[in-house]
Amino acid sequence: MPKHIVTITKANLKDTVKTGGCGECQTSCTVGNQVCVK
Amino acid sequence: MDLRSYDFGANLHWFEQGGQRIVLDVNSGSLHAFDLPAREALQRLAECGGDWERAILLIAAKYGQMEAEEVFLELEQLAEAESLFTADPGFVAPAYPREPVIKAICLHVAHDCNLRCEYCFAGTGDFGGERSLMSSEVGKQAIRFVLEKSRHRRHCEVDFFGGEPLVNFRVVKELVEFGRQEAAKAGKTIKFTLTTNAVLLNRQVRDFLAENDISVVLSLDGRPEVNDRMRPYADGSGSYQEVAGNIKEFVSAQQNPSPYAVGTYYYVRGTYTHNNLDFDRDVLHMAGLGCKQVSVEPVVAAPDDPYAFREGDLPVLADSYDRLADAYLARRNTSEEFNFFHFNLELGKGPCLPKRLSGCGAGHEYLAVSPDGSLYPCHQFVGKEEFKVGDVFSGKVDAAMAEKFRSAHVYNKPECTKCWARFFCSGGCHAAAYNFNADILKPYRLGCELQRKRLECAMYIKVKEAVG
Repeated sequence: MPKHIVTITKANLKDTVKTGGCGECQTSCTVGNQVCVK
Repeated sequence: MDLRSYDFGANLHWFEQGGQRIVLDVNSGSLHAFDLPAREALQRLAECGGDWERAILLIAAKYGQMEAEEVFLELEQLAEAESLFTADPGFVAPAYPREPVIKAICLHVAHDCNLRCEYCFAGTGDFGGERSLMSSEVGKQAIRFVLEKSRHRRHCEVDFFGGEPLVNFRVVKELVEFGRQEAAKAGKTIKFTLTTNAVLLNRQVRDFLAENDISVVLSLDGRPEVNDRMRPYADGSGSYQEVAGNIKEFVSAQQNPSPYAVGTYYYVRGTYTHNNLDFDRDVLHMAGLGCKQVSVEPVVAAPDDPYAFREGDLPVLADSYDRLADAYLARRNTSEEFNFFHFNLELGKGPCLPKRLSGCGAGHEYLAVSPDGSLYPCHQFVGKEEFKVGDVFSGKVDAAMAEKFRSAHVYNKPECTKCWARFFCSGGCHAAAYNFNADILKPYRLGCELQRKRLECAMYIKVKEAVG
């Protein structure tokens, strides 16, 4: 068990290149405040 | 591990808030909470230029060999799991056609307004031109335009904007009905939103919005004296009393809207200025009115405007965000809880990388339509004739201008390539960059500073919710 570091969220932006890009999500107008709709 | 060529400043961000040592791995989007030895190990690594062995020696000298080995083993495991020390993914061209795919429009149904807000970027409603209303003919053509130009996209968006859109409510109603019919014929859907100052938000309007699943952004700046100083009627009298009453009526009928602006939702949205640097009190005031979905934004102002931010305001604003984050946490799961738009950070199911690189979409996915049918990159460029990109009747969009905006992503902005927030803000607001630096590739510095502060607060909230 890790003793010194707690991972709050494990993410992998690189992987979303393959799974994302559909363009169906809401136009943000902070893009990071959005969610993926898939 | 060999991290000697790793750019710590550009690819990791660590900060302390509320007793938490928080570390963001910028390129993966992973978020961690470190204890003191681990955080110091990271710091030593950065100071040693990534020299792993030397950093271990420094930590061992302070915490002992066993503790140092534990810490560095955990760091190594996170690196192997690709959630720490990850490399920049590099530019990934979104897999969209080169021709602009316009899926969202901001319909300026009224270049007129019943308020005279001091800071209005629309020049108190007329965008520097004649006061005018959009005809239903122009509006219908704009809807045909977005349904056609969205090509293969199924979800289109239409925002009713102004000025104040409710001064042209008859046309709004007509366009919603027309839009629904035309979208159904095209096998698409249109999500309608309406941005209003709430002066005319009476029962008839509220019923219409509810019956038609229209999401609403309502403008209110917070405490009565704050709101009325900046948002008077044309005769100079304050608007708080009437507007706050209408908003209370509206929000009391809303059922658990999504904080992420998905589905049908509302947000009560204020503007803060140099006059209310303690804007956290305004957010809490609005939450006290029953507004559970709140967003406040820094004013867009010329440097010599009396309400513009000044040197020295930034630390005060940062303190306000910190207080707001703590109030947000203290009220979670109580009857007084509220959502603050910029504290929503869905790290696990956030936008894909192509979306983060396409940014807000202004100019190539999203356009604003003025009352006469002219097209602009977004609502903040309306009236700037050098940015006019076409009109809804010709159906043509200036491809060079669209490409200029599409190319204004973080890898083409020198100041963004090394910024830890680059995959969250996507390079910031083009209009702010243009207004302050006359160049959409040069981000607005104060906007960047506030953006980073909001993101830190959002990450702090994530950590506190996870580890207490």
